[in-house]
Amino acid sequence: MSRTILSAKDLVRHFNVGSSWLTKGQTVQAVDGVSLEIAAGETFAIVGESGCGKSTLARLLMGLLEPTSGSVRFDDRAVSGVSGPALKALRREMQFVFQDPFSSLNPRMTVGKLVGEPLEVHFPDLSSDDHRGRVSGLLDQVGLLPEHANRYPHEFSGGQRQRIGIARALASRPTLIIADEPVSALDVSVQAQVINLMSDLGRDLGLTLVIVAHDLAVIRHMSDRVAVMYLGQIVESGTADAVFEAPRHPYTQTLLSSVPKPEYRDEARTQTPLGEMPSPSAPPPGCRFHTRCPHAQDRCRTDRPSVEEDGDHTVACHFWRDVAGAAARPVSRPRSQSAAARFALYKAATDGAPITHKQQVAKAAQSVD
Amino acid sequence: MSIATDPILEKRPENRVWKKFRSHRSAMFGGFLVTFFIAIALLAPILPIPDPAATDWGAVRKAPSWAHPLGTDEIGRDVLSRMIWGAQASLLAGVISVCIAVALGVPLGIIAGYFGGWSDAVISRCTEALLAAPFLILAIALAAFLGPSLTNAMIAIGISATPIFIRLTRGQVLNVRAEDYVESARAIGLSQVRILTRYIFPNVLPPILVQATLTIATAIIAEASLSFLGLGQQPPAPSWGSMLNTAKNFLNQAPWMALWPGISIFLVVLGFNLLGDGLRDALDPREH
Repeated sequence: MSRTILSAKDLVRHFNVGSSWLTKGQTVQAVDGVSLEIAAGETFAIVGESGCGKSTLARLLMGLLEPTSGSVRFDDRAVSGVSGPALKALRREMQFVFQDPFSSLNPRMTVGKLVGEPLEVHFPDLSSDDHRGRVSGLLDQVGLLPEHANRYPHEFSGGQRQRIGIARALASRPTLIIADEPVSALDVSVQAQVINLMSDLGRDLGLTLVIVAHDLAVIRHMSDRVAVMYLGQIVESGTADAVFEAPRHPYTQTLLSSVPKPEYRDEARTQTPLGEMPSPSAPPPGCRFHTRCPHAQDRCRTDRPSVEEDGDHTVACHFWRDVAGAAARPVSRPRSQSAAARFALYKAATDGAPITHKQQVAKAAQSVD
Repeated sequence: MSIATDPILEKRPENRVWKKFRSHRSAMFGGFLVTFFIAIALLAPILPIPDPAATDWGAVRKAPSWAHPLGTDEIGRDVLSRMIWGAQASLLAGVISVCIAVALGVPLGIIAGYFGGWSDAVISRCTEALLAAPFLILAIALAAFLGPSLTNAMIAIGISATPIFIRLTRGQVLNVRAEDYVESARAIGLSQVRILTRYIFPNVLPPILVQATLTIATAIIAEASLSFLGLGQQPPAPSWGSMLNTAKNFLNQAPWMALWPGISIFLVVLGFNLLGDGLRDALDPREH
């Protein structure tokens, strides 16, 4: 494994909800004891269902939120609690792509201003010609036209706006981009384009990508390593192949078996998640997953499982050795035509290294026609 | 997916705010009204009109005629002349006091809403304390404290109208601050000042503009009340408000005395309202 670029140690973030000077309110344990290490150049995915704290984790890693305890380090520099020039330097090297492209762009600024703004902050000495050239270059890089610079965000579609968001993130020439559900607000066809764009850029610019998502297809397609989150904790992490092919934690197993498979009807569905996720303001004792786990035993209700490492594949479960064997292996069956088309679109980016993004979009459009 | 037909690529005119404003008919009408009254106020010294303070005991409360196109008041002064000279006082009272209120209220509201914490607590409690006193009572108290003159009346009215702007701005900032684009501004490393001026201020401005145009009306009326109490424009210098106040005693005998100032206040307020509406639309890139 290459150099660690971003690491988190025992990261905790609690939110106080509904407290005033009379009532105590509740403490939401959004992130509770997360440690992870992300290597330079890899694509790291954080998965979990809604409300598991993955967006909070992304903001903690970015330094947009201060942790209650624990620390984040980027390139051996502290991320949490810094300000002034140190913070500015971090902001140049780490960038963020937001989930909702409709609310994450200032409606009163033109696209050129939005994309050029990071340049103004981090390269204030740029001449106005260079500035304009860089903005055009960035727009071109994400598959937009330089002429779009005079437009306002509301004149664009969701996919185009997310491209603007990506161009804005790329402007300061960062080495790391954290994306919080970058495609979950977009249509499926557009998702593929934006995902491909991000993979392309990640590869071409040698970026480290941290992708937060709940769409397992997206993650499988683009990530090198995966961390699975449940109720503010990481329950399993490892290479994408290991986690997807041989899931060890019962939560990962139920998560994978709950993916609707468009290519075939899965009658032999082996596991269904039991009920709802408990509230993060009152997490269950012991293993947090025991209330929904089909394999739960007495020990799970009292002892919090520690993270066990087996090579690069870690898991936090007392009985993972028994559980992992019992899991049903994914069965490969012929895919339906529409599913095949979607996967082809996803795959095109990883296979054809020299293919530029715009050609690919055109090709995809042709094949749809 | 041909690039040539992309509707986004059509050529754009250079100054879209001005163009949009010009195509906004009601805004242009509002602009015309406001310009008209400002022009009258500015031209008062060179217009061929009688002295607004000159009394004529032979022409007390005369109906409009050739000699006095808008009639005369209870001590024989020419109403037209007083209307024109009064435009100065009334427009100043309306515009300057609202400027004072906006200049004080908007920054305080932004600080309270954006930074929160103790600054919010202090500013909000003070605002609530000021709001507890009725607008006019507060203005009268302040004007009495500062001493009777038009300038002091404007300051008093401005301060009395400030809490409304603090409250409005603070509420808007709380909304805008939660938007993703403000977080995105932090993510790219913008300074607090830039975030406030580029992200917060432009997005909280529209409702403030509308409130400001409405407050101009209130301020003109408030100046009238202060004048009536002897705390505003000092007699015999005229203002529309003081004319209206005097005229209400003679509504049966000389209705024109109330008619002209009433109509003028109505038109000025309408003009500022339409202007503010048009400005708000023209500044919003989402409106076409």
